[in-house]
Amino acid sequence: MSDVWTTAGINITVILPELVLFAFALLVMLADMTSNDQKEGLRGVLPWLALLGVAVTTGVCAAIWSTPVASFQGAAIIDNFAMGVKLIILVATALAILLSVSYIPKVNKQVGEYYTLLLLCATAMMFMGSATDLMVVFLALETFSIALYIMTSLNPNNPRSTEAGMKYLLLGAFASAFFVYGAALVYGATGSTQYATIAAALLNGVSQPGLLYPGIAMLIVGLGFKVSLVPFHMWTPDVYQGAPTPVTAFMSVGTKAAAFAAFIRLLLTAFPEQHITWSWILAILAVVTMTLGNFAALRQLSLKRMLAYSGIAHAGYVLVGLVGGTAQSASAAIFYLFSYAFMNIGVFAVIIALEKANEDDALQNRAAGIGKRWPMLALVMAIFLFSLSGIPPLAGFFGKLFVFQAAVNGGFAWLAAVGMLNSAVAAYYYLRVTVAMYFEEPTSETLAEAPRWATLNIGLAVAAILTIVIGLYPGLWTSLFQGGIAGLGG
Amino acid sequence: MTFPLLSVITLLPLLGAIVILLVPNEAPKKPIALVWTLATFLISLLLWINWEDGQANMQFVEKVPWAAEFGLYYHLGVDGISLLLVLLTTFLMPIAIYFSNLYVEKSVGPYLALMLALETAMIGVFLSLDLVLFFVFFEFSLIPMYFLIGKWGSGNRVYAAVKFFIYTFVGSAAMLAAILYVYTQTGTFNIIELQTLRLPADAQMWAFLAFALAFAVKIPLFPFHTWLPDAHVQAPTAGSVILAGVLLKMGTYGYLRFAVPIFPQAAADFGPVIATLAVIGILYGALVALVQRDIKALVAYSSVAHLGFVMLGIVAFNMQGVSGAVLQMVNHGLSTGALFLMVGMLYERRHTRMLEDFGGLWKSIPIYCGFFLVVAMSSAGLPGLNGFVGEFAIILGMYHSQPVFAVLGALGVILAAWYLLTAFRKMAQGPITNPANEAANLPDLRKNEIAMLLPFIILFVIIGIFPNLFLDKINPSVEALLNQQPAIVAGR
Repeated sequence: MSDVWTTAGINITVILPELVLFAFALLVMLADMTSNDQKEGLRGVLPWLALLGVAVTTGVCAAIWSTPVASFQGAAIIDNFAMGVKLIILVATALAILLSVSYIPKVNKQVGEYYTLLLLCATAMMFMGSATDLMVVFLALETFSIALYIMTSLNPNNPRSTEAGMKYLLLGAFASAFFVYGAALVYGATGSTQYATIAAALLNGVSQPGLLYPGIAMLIVGLGFKVSLVPFHMWTPDVYQGAPTPVTAFMSVGTKAAAFAAFIRLLLTAFPEQHITWSWILAILAVVTMTLGNFAALRQLSLKRMLAYSGIAHAGYVLVGLVGGTAQSASAAIFYLFSYAFMNIGVFAVIIALEKANEDDALQNRAAGIGKRWPMLALVMAIFLFSLSGIPPLAGFFGKLFVFQAAVNGGFAWLAAVGMLNSAVAAYYYLRVTVAMYFEEPTSETLAEAPRWATLNIGLAVAAILTIVIGLYPGLWTSLFQGGIAGLGG
Repeated sequence: MTFPLLSVITLLPLLGAIVILLVPNEAPKKPIALVWTLATFLISLLLWINWEDGQANMQFVEKVPWAAEFGLYYHLGVDGISLLLVLLTTFLMPIAIYFSNLYVEKSVGPYLALMLALETAMIGVFLSLDLVLFFVFFEFSLIPMYFLIGKWGSGNRVYAAVKFFIYTFVGSAAMLAAILYVYTQTGTFNIIELQTLRLPADAQMWAFLAFALAFAVKIPLFPFHTWLPDAHVQAPTAGSVILAGVLLKMGTYGYLRFAVPIFPQAAADFGPVIATLAVIGILYGALVALVQRDIKALVAYSSVAHLGFVMLGIVAFNMQGVSGAVLQMVNHGLSTGALFLMVGMLYERRHTRMLEDFGGLWKSIPIYCGFFLVVAMSSAGLPGLNGFVGEFAIILGMYHSQPVFAVLGALGVILAAWYLLTAFRKMAQGPITNPANEAANLPDLRKNEIAMLLPFIILFVIIGIFPNLFLDKINPSVEALLNQQPAIVAGR
């Protein structure tokens, strides 16, 4: 396949999945032009068109999943790691579409824009996985960020949504500025923005530490903002709470996967020699992230805010896996994010089911008595919650096992112990929801009838089944993500 | 390929749980659960029948890659130590299910499914030979027990359930880090390999402490026992039977199977500390049991005392001590299981567990009191019954290694007799003060209840008079375990 697509030293297979998804984004935009305020046009078909796009892209990914290919003069690459990231993004997009089908039209009539933005956002996120150049990362970062800012403020009737969008925009712009300034400093220190060249330039020692280290720090800040590391996490609870819930669900997984992908590839391939320095920075960031995330989540009444802080904590766990700096760290992180996709989007899907007609959020008391009224919904929620707290034999346990294993292998056993203790703290607030669901009676707050959209149910079922399957047989999936990052060795 | 008997025994209950959840009608669920657990018990007897006597290594071993890139294998095996614990589990379950079928009315399907899922978790713990697989089953047992206590328990059940879950989870959290550390030092999760590998002594200490913490919460070893009274008292009767009968053994078994063989030096160094805590548990548990007003709380604290004995036997690190400890694990499971069962029978009649509400029951329900006396004496260690054999072996073993602890432990035996006989006196003897206790208002043991208790009594007598039937299975494995650890056996 590579021969057919190579022209003038540019190998199109490297960006083929993104091109396909981009084409579908344009198709959705075109299809949306057939409808306006007066007529329906193809508006009902749009989600399915988007889903088709995701499916086709997944097929393309499966077809080109092979040995590493680099192109565009070293700016982008395809390897097992990149394909893993793309898979996670595609899964998140597909599940988000299933959740959005009946939800978004109630929130905003401009569904065409929504699905277009969603697909464009996914495209950019996929780019982050393949990027091996700081400028490409920046481009992808900005693209998906802007799409997310708009999707966050999609609900014109909810002031929280608009506020969330503004907050995200302002803080995100700052973070992007940090990132690009860090990139500039690194360029100044090494003469290139390409990872391989940077690493080669630093092989003989750091010639300009005054430029390089602040540069690395700023890059970490810029990317850390996106994955909600503490102390760059302030936007997360408000944005998660204000955004329409399917957007939150997509955001919680997609941004983390994309930004972590860039994070991992950057640190492991561009700065392998500086591992000692940045691993300690990451370790400290991981500790504060996990701790603040878990302890703050204990106090939340709103389910979406609780999950925002829980997301912060999970970012901390992934970071724990990264401190080792080996290929195993990378595959452990990808596996974690893969299982996280299913359990986290699953939880948000349940929250969608629990929301009242005009609301955009659900409080803890809304879950009271669900065990009695809707046993299946309570069951899948319990599966997701136990998986998030890391109880075997669900997917979340193995995610944590592998990242902690990577940390211990890297000589950070104490960090793994801190991580486990944090899991124990987290278990309490996850458990609290099951207490409400199963051990409390339904109250006046509990919905009398749940919106049983078919697509929501499909999404819930898929997420629950995969959470269990990944947990029962993790070997199947780890072998997918093995092979790691090209240039690091398997 | 040989028949995967161990996988069948482990996973059959889980299959039963799924079947029960899928069956649409309510009516067949109870019989299905009972038949299923009985079948599991009969199949597990195949282990006893096909046992290779004198064989110290693992038998019926199964090993399949699970996530081989990360070193995980689905690895099951059984030896003399685990055999009895597996049989204890499969023996107690049908009786617990039978009792539940008589009295549980709400959400029967989920209740039975949770009990069966719990059985899978427990059997899996005893059969796992891979550290992570063991951890998976160990943690997984938390979920069914959490729901069983929280949904079908008594008044303060939610508090007890959450406390149980969080407490045990925290204990296990440190253990996972230790498991990973062991892997990085040795490159394997395989128990059998780990027993022959030697970690450096200083490295052993922290990992051992992490393991010991997790098991200390489970056993429970003083001072990590505070979750136990709440959990036991608030759990439904069948839940208490299984919790005391089997779940607590997961802690002592884990200590014997993992903490001691993998970290022999650290185990030897901390032996006196563990022995001290065990003895404190024995005496403290007994003294607190003495002043309890709630019978279930009394039995709960007696568990703390009894398992203190088991730990004492293990840290004796000689044949009598460890074999006695393993036998005592089984004995405790049987006698405390029977005790909780009898308390449950009384509760279903009178809806109270307070000793002061009883008195003079011997006049109204003599058969019940007779059985209760036998069970109480088994728990106290009356010669001729099972408890005596275990306790005697443990005290003898401890006397050979650290006499002081043996003497203090023996005091515990006296205290056990004291609180059990006191409870019996308050319950059964004296005049009938409460009209609700009159013979006319209080039915005696029914035939099905006698049928539930008879297997226990029979086993009490058999183990008490012919302990070698069981010790012959235990001894070779214990001997092999100790021989691999010359460091701790030397000088004992």
